[in-house]
Amino acid sequence: MRGGVPWPADHYLDASIAGMFPLRDRFGEPHVEKPAASAADGHTVELHASINPSGNLLWAASSLAPLNYVTGASGAKAGETLPLTWGVIAISVAVMAIIAVLLALAIWRRPGIARAPRMAVGPDEGGANFLWIGVAVSTLALLATIIWTVKVLAEIGKPPAAPGLVIEVTAHQWWWEVRYLDPDARRIFTTANEIHIPTGTPVQFKLIGGDVIHSFWIPALSGKTDMIPGQTNELWLEADKPGTYRGQCSEYCGLEHAKMAFVVVADTPRDFAAWRSHQIAPDVTPGGGVLASGAAYFRMKCGSCHAVRGSDAAGVLGPDLSHFATRQMIAAGVLANTPQNLSAWIEDPQGIKPGNLMQKPELSAEQRGQIVAYLETLK
Amino acid sequence: MTISDYTRAPSVGTEQPELAARLQKIWETAPGIGGWLSTVDHKEIGLRYIVTAFAFLILGGVEALIFRLQLSWSDRHLLNPEQYDQLFTMHGMTMIFLYAGPVLSGFSNYLWPLLLGSRDMALPRLNALSYWIYLFAGIFLYAAFAIGFGPNDGWFNYVPLAARAYNGGPNIDFYALGMILLGISTTVGAVNFVVTFMRMRAPGMSINRVPILIWGTLTASMANIFAIPAVSLAFFLLWMDRNVGTHFFDTAGGGGSALLWQHLFWMFGHPWVYAIVLPAMGMVSDGLPVFCRRPLVGYSAVALATVATMVLGFGVWVHHMFATGLPNISLSFFSAASIIIAVPSAVGVFAWLATIWTGRPVFTTPFLFFSSFILLFTIGGVSGFMTGSVPVDWQLTDTYFVVAHIHYVLIGINVFPVAGAIYFWFPKFTGRMLDERLGRWNFWTMFVGFNLGFFPMHISGLLGMPRRVYTYAEGMGWDWINLISTIGSFVFAAGVLMLIWNVLKSVRSGAMAGDNPWDAPTLEWATSSPPPPYNFVVIPTVQSRHPLWEDRLEGRPDEARSHPHAGLVLEHGREAIGTDPLDAQPDIILKMPGDSYAPLVFAIAVTAIFIGLLLLAWWLVAVAFVGVAATTIVWLWPERALGETREPANG
Repeated sequence: MRGGVPWPADHYLDASIAGMFPLRDRFGEPHVEKPAASAADGHTVELHASINPSGNLLWAASSLAPLNYVTGASGAKAGETLPLTWGVIAISVAVMAIIAVLLALAIWRRPGIARAPRMAVGPDEGGANFLWIGVAVSTLALLATIIWTVKVLAEIGKPPAAPGLVIEVTAHQWWWEVRYLDPDARRIFTTANEIHIPTGTPVQFKLIGGDVIHSFWIPALSGKTDMIPGQTNELWLEADKPGTYRGQCSEYCGLEHAKMAFVVVADTPRDFAAWRSHQIAPDVTPGGGVLASGAAYFRMKCGSCHAVRGSDAAGVLGPDLSHFATRQMIAAGVLANTPQNLSAWIEDPQGIKPGNLMQKPELSAEQRGQIVAYLETLK
Repeated sequence: MTISDYTRAPSVGTEQPELAARLQKIWETAPGIGGWLSTVDHKEIGLRYIVTAFAFLILGGVEALIFRLQLSWSDRHLLNPEQYDQLFTMHGMTMIFLYAGPVLSGFSNYLWPLLLGSRDMALPRLNALSYWIYLFAGIFLYAAFAIGFGPNDGWFNYVPLAARAYNGGPNIDFYALGMILLGISTTVGAVNFVVTFMRMRAPGMSINRVPILIWGTLTASMANIFAIPAVSLAFFLLWMDRNVGTHFFDTAGGGGSALLWQHLFWMFGHPWVYAIVLPAMGMVSDGLPVFCRRPLVGYSAVALATVATMVLGFGVWVHHMFATGLPNISLSFFSAASIIIAVPSAVGVFAWLATIWTGRPVFTTPFLFFSSFILLFTIGGVSGFMTGSVPVDWQLTDTYFVVAHIHYVLIGINVFPVAGAIYFWFPKFTGRMLDERLGRWNFWTMFVGFNLGFFPMHISGLLGMPRRVYTYAEGMGWDWINLISTIGSFVFAAGVLMLIWNVLKSVRSGAMAGDNPWDAPTLEWATSSPPPPYNFVVIPTVQSRHPLWEDRLEGRPDEARSHPHAGLVLEHGREAIGTDPLDAQPDIILKMPGDSYAPLVFAIAVTAIFIGLLLLAWWLVAVAFVGVAATTIVWLWPERALGETREPANG
């Protein structure tokens, strides 16, 4: 167990303590089987499958393995890197094959006679050419790879054009805070776990480690950049076609490192502008009825950690939930954003993502239903 | 031969039974528990190292099998995240620190004096101390796991996740202190190898005549002496951050740096990777030619490549940190270094290939392990080459591709040569052969299981599977490939069990081996199997790299023959011959210390200091310090027997 404090299963954990001691399950405690995403919902989301634009083979591979980085690169950065990736793979496979063949030939060329009482010993001669030719060829291949590497590194070091957008991403255990920067302070807004970018223009990211080290990775768009507390790392990337790309934390960051994913949605510039204006606008707080009581319960039970712009809920410890209903996933890429999944998540966040900082709120089924209904209105 | 004036000139003679009997009396360890606890015999210590390391290999392997079950399919719930985190951390720590390094220390401890034609390591009591501290450090680290507080932030233990704010239990304190303790063991062991290399070679064994294993372990030892201070310092700073309120790694406004940890850790960590493969490569370089019935091709090139790998190995640590936001100019440098370090590796690969090609291979079990190692080494090498290319590494790093890479390196370049070395040297260790038939089953099970288990991890890595995840969602495309990996890992484990079974079976009932069952050329095969406590009745004299093959290698003039069974007679107490560092000309008779409890007591006292630091029990720390000081005095107390005495007869 981390923190030395028992896990207060039935109480809200004091937020400041939670920050100091991210608690972990007690080692040896039997694991409680919980409905996973698929059980709660009947389907999980296959991101690429839903936006497959061309139906070709590479896209099929992408949809089968949405985090792969050997097919379906999008944009200038991943596009520059992919040929180098395939190049070094090709060199490596060739070397492996050549050595395997040479080894097999060497072994079965002229075997000696085993079990002789005193086996013959050959002279110490020959083989030197083998050594020097092999090393010379290897060295040339290595030098060529260094040149290719440095060239690609220089090309992707800077974006081809000035970035049209700067987004600040702060990684927390185990979710992503996303802040859209703007010279005009009124146009700055915060969202979580889903990043929209316009296609066809480089986007600059400022990457911050909010607590421990995390790493920002969207395989189809760019390699990894670590998010390290105490320093701000920069990354640019560009998507050249609209689509949804999956991102994942790739530096071990504690208990729920496995379940720290996010979604990047590349929109056409026009769609992106519309999305951004919509996000900047506050959510509408319902005036009455079930939705109003849902909003009230949300403020009471969830508002000390979560914020919704336009409401009184203004917590900063958890993800900002403004326009929550427009997002594809909940719990940092763990569940599809459906009312059933949302309800299951609120009912038992520790079952779905054990160790995460969201405590099981004390809610009746009815109250939970009202909160879900309210959150579904946050379009 | 010149012997300094202040000592007697030893006589020269041949092996005589009465001389052997006298030496036996001088060198043998007392029977019973007392002898067991006080022995400083390098062979005993070497075997203890190997057995202990294998015990840790089994523990680490079982840990891995458990989490391979967890990962065999998406969304499995065999383990909760905390259990998974402790298991994968314990697995990495165990294999890297408690198995891979110590097992090679074991082989080197056992073999060095025999390969060098010497009576013991230069510093026998230090050797015993090194083993005891290793054992206690291993127990210390496993005590944490046994009480449920095993290290849980990965063997690399990045801050601030390892800081008290994010990891409040004693898990990391155990890890930090255990690693510093283990560092003491590794350091004194390394010093011993370096001194032994410089002073303990048989007369005539100039540095161009030592077996490659000697080069491998020497290089690894030099590296350890320079590298371990970095990691011990890092863990000590972390322990202070966690327990006495310093701020070296405090990133939350304390002015500390998270990257400081990574630099200190990898400045050690990368050289360490070479330290735990170079001696194993050395074992192949010495063992493989025996079964190719010819000397190694390119001895000098391979020896130099060994040293070059290590020198370059100190300049590549940043390739573990390519994604940390360092400037492109420094990335370019470290990228080039990380790629070019493959050149000395290529020297090794082509030297081994050429040795087989121009030789007459004999298909024994050791040959199977040693020759297959070449392929596994190549696969581990090219995947490392891929990660050396920065833009590619930004994709590869922290995915299963790197898991595949590190296992091809550590299993392919450490476990396979070690298994081959067990088949090769077991007859020397015990006087009995391992079962060849079972050996073939053993090899093929390990080879198939290993490749089935770990090659697919390259693919799951390229398909984007991150490392260190306790589970993964369905629909990521990783299910089948992980199932194959899990099956392969169990097959591999079965292969390792066959090895252990073969050892347990053959140690009692294996065929008798004789002195030199493989007709091998180096000095360890010139003495009996198992060797007597004094190793050699007379100190051999060496004139080539292959003292036992000289009469059959063409082109050797007759005048310069080695004498494995004739040479200096040293029987005035425990004595060894000291020779000069380059040419191995004898220049002094060394008086060797006898068995002693001091190393064990010293190790207990040092371990007590660390237990005190763990519990923050300062009284215990103080008492243990006094114990260390007192043991040091006893240890260093002048003994008449260790002084150079003028013999009346010669005086």
